Parts: sequence; C-alpha cells; structure tokens
Amino acid sequence: MTAGTRAPSIKKALLAGIGALVAFFFMAPYIQMLITALSPADELVNVPAQYLPSRFEFSNFVTVWEEAPLWGYLRSSLIISVFATLVVLVVALPAAYYTARYRYRGRLLFLLLVLITQMFAPTALVIGIYREFVIIGDVFPAAGVNTYISLIIVNAAFNLAFSTWIMVAYFSTIPVELEEAASIDGASRLGVLRRVTLPLALPGIITATIFTFIAAWNEFVVALTLAQSADIHPLTVGVTTFVGQYRVEWQYLFTSSLIAIVPVVILFIVIEKWLIGGLTAGSIK
Amino acid sequence: MTEARIAQEQEPPERRPQPAPRRRRLPDLGPLPWIGPALLLIFAVVLWPAFEMLRTSLSEISASGLSKGFTGLTNFERLFADPDLVGILTRTLTWVVIVVTITILTSLALASLLNAAFPGRRLVRWALIVPWAASVVMTATIWRWMLDGFYGIINRILLDLGFLQGPINDWLGNPSTSFIWLMFVAIFVSLPFTTYVLLAGLQSIPKDIYEAGKVDGATGWQSYIALTLPLLRPALLVAAIINMINVFNSFPVIWAMTKGGPGSLTDTTTTHMYKLAFQLLDVGQSAAMAVVNFTVILAFVLLYLRVVDWRRA
Repeated sequence: MTAGTRAPSIKKALLAGIGALVAFFFMAPYIQMLITALSPADELVNVPAQYLPSRFEFSNFVTVWEEAPLWGYLRSSLIISVFATLVVLVVALPAAYYTARYRYRGRLLFLLLVLITQMFAPTALVIGIYREFVIIGDVFPAAGVNTYISLIIVNAAFNLAFSTWIMVAYFSTIPVELEEAASIDGASRLGVLRRVTLPLALPGIITATIFTFIAAWNEFVVALTLAQSADIHPLTVGVTTFVGQYRVEWQYLFTSSLIAIVPVVILFIVIEKWLIGGLTAGSIK
Repeated sequence: MTEARIAQEQEPPERRPQPAPRRRRLPDLGPLPWIGPALLLIFAVVLWPAFEMLRTSLSEISASGLSKGFTGLTNFERLFADPDLVGILTRTLTWVVIVVTITILTSLALASLLNAAFPGRRLVRWALIVPWAASVVMTATIWRWMLDGFYGIINRILLDLGFLQGPINDWLGNPSTSFIWLMFVAIFVSLPFTTYVLLAGLQSIPKDIYEAGKVDGATGWQSYIALTLPLLRPALLVAAIINMINVFNSFPVIWAMTKGGPGSLTDTTTTHMYKLAFQLLDVGQSAAMAVVNFTVILAFVLLYLRVVDWRRA
C-alpha cells in the first residue's frame, strides 16, 4: 500500500477524490438532518422539497427544550449509559482477565455462553425480561419495571459479551512472562495487575468502555418496553414523541436527534486511534 | 520469519502455556469469584428470559398475560398457519443474505481505500464514524424523512436529474420499492463497523510481506488475492458473523421507517414477533416466532462456520 514512485500525486488525488465522495455519502443524511432542524416548520411541507430553507430558524434549537422534556431524556440517557458501562467494567474485567490467563474447567463453556448471549434478538427476550422485572418489582420496587436499575442491568448484560470478548483478546496478547517478571521483583498479585497488566490492556478496556456506553446510549427496544413513564425515557425513545399519529414535527425531531448524536460522535472520534487496535485484537483472536 | 510470527499470534489462547498453579499468591477459590458476576448477569437477563420464551411458546397465554397452562405445539401451529408467514420468512432470508453480502463486499473496498495514504484520509474515517455513533433509530428516521413521498429531498433530487415524471413518489408506501430502501438503509448502518473491523485486519498485515511479493514479481491485484485476502480471513470471519446476527435481529431500521407495512409486506421475523406481542397481544405466538427465529440464526451461524471451516481461521 506504499505510494508508487511514479506519479504518486495523481494516484493520491484520485484517492482523495473518491474519499471525498465516500465522506459525503456517509455525512449526507446528517447534513439533511441539520438542514431540517434549522428549517421553519411551514417550509417543510413544500412539494417538491427545497434544498435549503429561505432562512435558518436557529430558534428551533431553543424552543425544542420547551416542546419536550429534553433535559429529562438527556439525564435518563446519561444515567443508564454511565451506570451500565460501570457495571460492565466491574463484571467483565475480572471475567476476561481470568479467562485469558487460566484454563479452568468450563472455560470453553463460559466463552460459548458469552457468544450465545449475542445471538438472541433483544426483541425476543424483551417479553421474558419484562415479566421477570414485574416479579422482581413485587419484591424490590426499586428494581422493577419502569426503573433506572432495570434498564441499567439489561443494558449491562446485553453489552457484556462484546466487552468480555475484546478484553479476553487483549489480555491474551500480554505475555505472561511480563507479569511473572514483575512478581519476581516483589510486586504483589494486585500490584502486578494494577501496574503491569491493566496499563497494557488499557486500549482494549477503553474500546470496551466506549462501545458499551454508545450501545447503551443508542439502545431502543428495551427502553421502549421497560421504560413506561416519560420521566425515565432516554433520548432514543423520547424523540419519538415528536412522531404523532397524523403529524410529525420533523424540525424538533431532528433538533433533538442532533443533540443526542453530536456528543457520541465526538466521543467516538476521540478513541478512533485505539479503535483499530481494539478491533485488531478482537479479530486476531 | 514474519509469517511464523503471525501464525503464533493467531493461535487460540487455549494452546498457550498456562502459568503453573504454584505461582498463584491468593488462596485459590477457583474461577467463580472472577466469572461469577458475569454468569449471574447472563443468567438473569439472557438465559432466564430465553427459557421463559421457550416455556411461553408452549403455553396458552391470555391477552392480559396470564398463563393458562401447557398447550403443546398449538402456538407453533397457529404461527405456521398464518398465510403471511411464508412471505415473512423468505423476506428475512433475502434481507440477511443481501444486506450481509453487500455490506461485506462494500466494506472490503472501503477498508482498502482507508488503508491507503491520501490527503484527507482522517476526515473520511471520521465521516464513516458518524453513522456508527448515531442511534440507528435516528438514522433510519432521517432516511424516512428524505424518502417521504411528498416532501422528501430524494424525490426532489431525482426530479431535477430527470429520473421522475412527477414530484410525488411514495417510496416507502409502495411494496415494490420500500423493501429495497430498507435494505439500503440497513447496509448504510452496517458499513462503518464492518469497514473498521476489516481496516483493523488490514493494518495488522505486516508491510514487508508485500515487499517480498513485489520481489517475486506479484502485481497489485495478484498480491491482493494471494496475500491480503488470506491474511484478512480472521477479520472477515468475525465481521461476517457479527453482521449476520445483527442484521437478522435488526428491529429499529424497519420499525422506524415502515413499521413492517404496508400490511406485513416489509415485516421480517423480528418486527413480526414484536407486532404479535405488543399489538395483537398474542404473547404465545410471538414466543413461538422468537423460538423459530433463534433456531434459524443458530443454524445460519453454524452452517456458515462449517462452510468457511472456522478452525482454519
């Protein structure tokens, strides 16, 4: 893939041209989302559609907060995603480390179990999950249906597989000899973990963390069924309130969608360089 | 020498030498303290509901959700007696095969592009991240709006390019075009992840292999077929499996764009089971659909692993 010595600039220009087209293709829907979000409502019902509105209605981004309880949706999305991510880390880190380091009885079974959890459609499980939390709610009302705790637990469980898998792959790439050397130098088992293993596995841990966060942030089906009252609706479910039976308030729908999308895109771009490493570890395994 | 190194890296962890027990310093409690919490979570949120799904599929459930006892295969008989089911199953298979195949082939081209050096590559990678980071519901919704029969921008563009006679064309309301657009959007949201997995695979291929190929006189295409594709095998395998499962179980694209309509003409097994449970309140039949769905995915994945001979990967 190194650039040839002959006419490298023409080849590069051609690639850059194709690259620009690809970038435009993937950005186009979101550009249209922004244009719609900035359009006055009455200009969205022209046939045929206009490419650009006659004026940009920046006030849509202000009024949308009055049209729907966006702060509440944002707060719910944050609570669910942050705590689901913490639960995944606390649960998946030790499991992944032990599975990568020791060949215990049932190790293969455990890995198989993790794989199988990925194969169930959330839509298929949602009925069983709903009933389970109805029962749990009878005993512990704080963890029943329509509570943050139920949403956090379900989101954590759904993302456990991918995180465990990525981290097992990552821990496996760290030579055991490195840990042994540190422990011969007198470090305790936990000291070895803290000072040698975890720092080396950090790219994998970060990848798993961000993945879980974003998956929980974007989760839809479980929230649609488990979160019934509007005050715990996350953004994904909340924005659908702009889709009425007869009328859709497109400009508000997309204003709030953009408010949900922009922070995660930034988060994703920040970890982009670790992403490649994290996914390589996953695929090489 | 390099190939030996790769071969060693690809060896599954089971075959690695394990540290001897005598080096452990904590009292040995076995694996349970380490994997126990993960098992608990998997059991509570996946296995138990899955078992419940199986039990429900064999029970008679009233519309209010109460179980009236075991009924054998009645739910399955009712499911298969539905004349729409054949269409739904065929559509689901078409959906999976077409979306996954086109996604993998396009991602291969995109990953090769993003692996080459050119000005602005970084920006193209960032652009590709956007559909990945954005929620699928929201992406599907913007496509629904762009495809709107009256006010959609796509009608305007096609009209200006001379492809349409009149300004009104209901892409999603027309059964002959709606499913094609749904597959298009499903491919659109699947491309970024797949491309990144393949890109990661490409970047793990050492550059000196290509130098060696060049010395042996391989042209660009030849080295792509003979060197790149075989070395990309593990990444391709992973990308294809994850895609297959995700596309099979995909709910938000169809739900946000057509809700399976018109009628049930764009329903797949996933939206069908959701409608059965939450619109028709026929939980038993929905569970039967879920069981069939899981069986088909499992068969699909096992068949695929067999065809590609995964132990070789």
